[in-house]
Amino acid sequence: MSHQRVEPLDVEAIRAEYPILDQSVDGTPLVYLDSAATAQTPDPVVDAMSDYYRESNANVHRGIHHLSQQASVAYEEAHDRVAEFVGASGGRKELVFTKNTTESENLIAHAWGLRELGPGDEVVLTQMEHHASLVTWQQIAMRTGADVKYIEVTEDGRLDMDHARKCITDDTAMLSAVHVSNTLGTVNPVNELVDLAHEHDALTFIDGAQAVPTRPVDVEEIGADFYAFSGHKMAGPTGIGCLYGKEDLLAELDPYLYGGGMIRKVTYDDSSWGEVPWKFEPGTPPIAEAVGLHAAVDYLEEIGMERVQAHEERLAEAAYDALSAIDGLTIYGPEPGPDRAGLVSFTLANVHAHDLASICNDHAVAIRAGDHCTQPLHDTLGVAATARASFYVYNSVDEIDPLVEAIEDAQALFG
Amino acid sequence: MGTGSDMYRQQILDHYKNPRNYGELEDPTFSHVGENPMCGDEIRMDVVLDETDDGATIEQVAFSGDGCAISQASASMLTSTLQGKTVDELLSMERDDVTDMLGVDISPMRIKCAVLAEKVAQDGAEIYRGDADGEKTTIED
Ligand SMILES: Cc1ncc(COP(=O)(O)O)c(C=O)c1O
Repeated sequence: MSHQRVEPLDVEAIRAEYPILDQSVDGTPLVYLDSAATAQTPDPVVDAMSDYYRESNANVHRGIHHLSQQASVAYEEAHDRVAEFVGASGGRKELVFTKNTTESENLIAHAWGLRELGPGDEVVLTQMEHHASLVTWQQIAMRTGADVKYIEVTEDGRLDMDHARKCITDDTAMLSAVHVSNTLGTVNPVNELVDLAHEHDALTFIDGAQAVPTRPVDVEEIGADFYAFSGHKMAGPTGIGCLYGKEDLLAELDPYLYGGGMIRKVTYDDSSWGEVPWKFEPGTPPIAEAVGLHAAVDYLEEIGMERVQAHEERLAEAAYDALSAIDGLTIYGPEPGPDRAGLVSFTLANVHAHDLASICNDHAVAIRAGDHCTQPLHDTLGVAATARASFYVYNSVDEIDPLVEAIEDAQALFG
Repeated sequence: MGTGSDMYRQQILDHYKNPRNYGELEDPTFSHVGENPMCGDEIRMDVVLDETDDGATIEQVAFSGDGCAISQASASMLTSTLQGKTVDELLSMERDDVTDMLGVDISPMRIKCAVLAEKVAQDGAEIYRGDADGEKTTIED
């Protein structure tokens, strides 16, 4: 496993930049194990955003004045920086800022899907898609008459690649797959999936919401046509997400939303569009958030994504071992290893996941319970809800102890 | 160790583990189903009414379904208190009556679990009276 090669994180030093973690809930120190939902934001990112508001705030693109120029340059450069972080050599021509991963999915599903899909076309998804991708493609397929197929998940929580080879055919127009499952923790073989789709001349959309925060990602090495992720899961702010798209593909798509700041020429009768990414970013964009995301990318690169990944794997393994020792506890997803990310979903016999999360909260342990926006996957697993503990750079292996204590307390109460 | 919300008092756990009036009734005057999509909680309420000129009194009530401890205990306790009440009394019950009955502070995120059974019983009664349509109850905000 990669964590044997890289230098471990200094969690204590990292935590010093997250004052939010230094608090108690009813007298017990907070243990935050819900980073897969939203990761905490370190001081350098918060500072970059408050400096922006204190020193450079103005609207972008339109102003000739000093502040507007500063804001415009910062906003535009953030695109290039984030593109570089995920290996997109086209810079801003290949990186659009959206609100979040969900909007990135919607952008392509509307701008490309509504135009290109029709009866006889197939959209191939996986059974472990997040609703962000599943609901979006399902609804666009319904509107266009296209069919949706789902690549099945095996008993051990991996994609059934034999089934993938059957699902992806010459009728496949789009393959949309999650890179890292937010429920099973599975790291999917996206290179192989993308190659398979390309062999059949299909386009590919990879949902990297859980991948970009936790491991090195190179969109060109993966070969994906489109790739999406969210700022708030990668030490950045809420309100900003990203859509990577190959330059030629984005260039020939029409906009998804309309308005100001995106146009070349407007008359009462017609309009023409500006360049990528601006033609996909109408209206006043999330400028401070772009500055924050730029800082988050700097922050993560400073730590080193290999080290982040190794840290996640170490925590996943420790959590997996500690939880699987508890009687009556079922863990979903693959065993620890390079294809399992730093999150663990589980159920406890006789205790509903929401009761478990409430009791964890009584122990000041923040976990998530529910369907994690993968309802159909939960139906496949045969459970209404699971509990999920997820980790990030600021979590230490010691924080798994209070989680285990809380689970044992729940078991004693309900036993 | 912080005891936090204190939601899981003995009484709630007792009703969860040994639910009262659990099951379905042979010949209910009305029955109604509701769910809390966030948790996957589902509850069915069966009610037998004794109808006189003075109005309808709840003679027998049972619930079935599954879900978290809060929703199930709340349903169990509710069935115990409803026996002998009039339909008007059921319909005038409020959220606070449920939390009072449970006897603990319910955290804001769990309040929907707590009030599901009451809502199902009330919606069932309104549909029976013809004051509402026969859709399944869904607890939203
Ligand atoms: C795998 C995956 N895809 C998509 C999303 C949606 O992200 P957002 O809510 O930021 O749009 C999430 C986050 O919940 C996720 O985990």
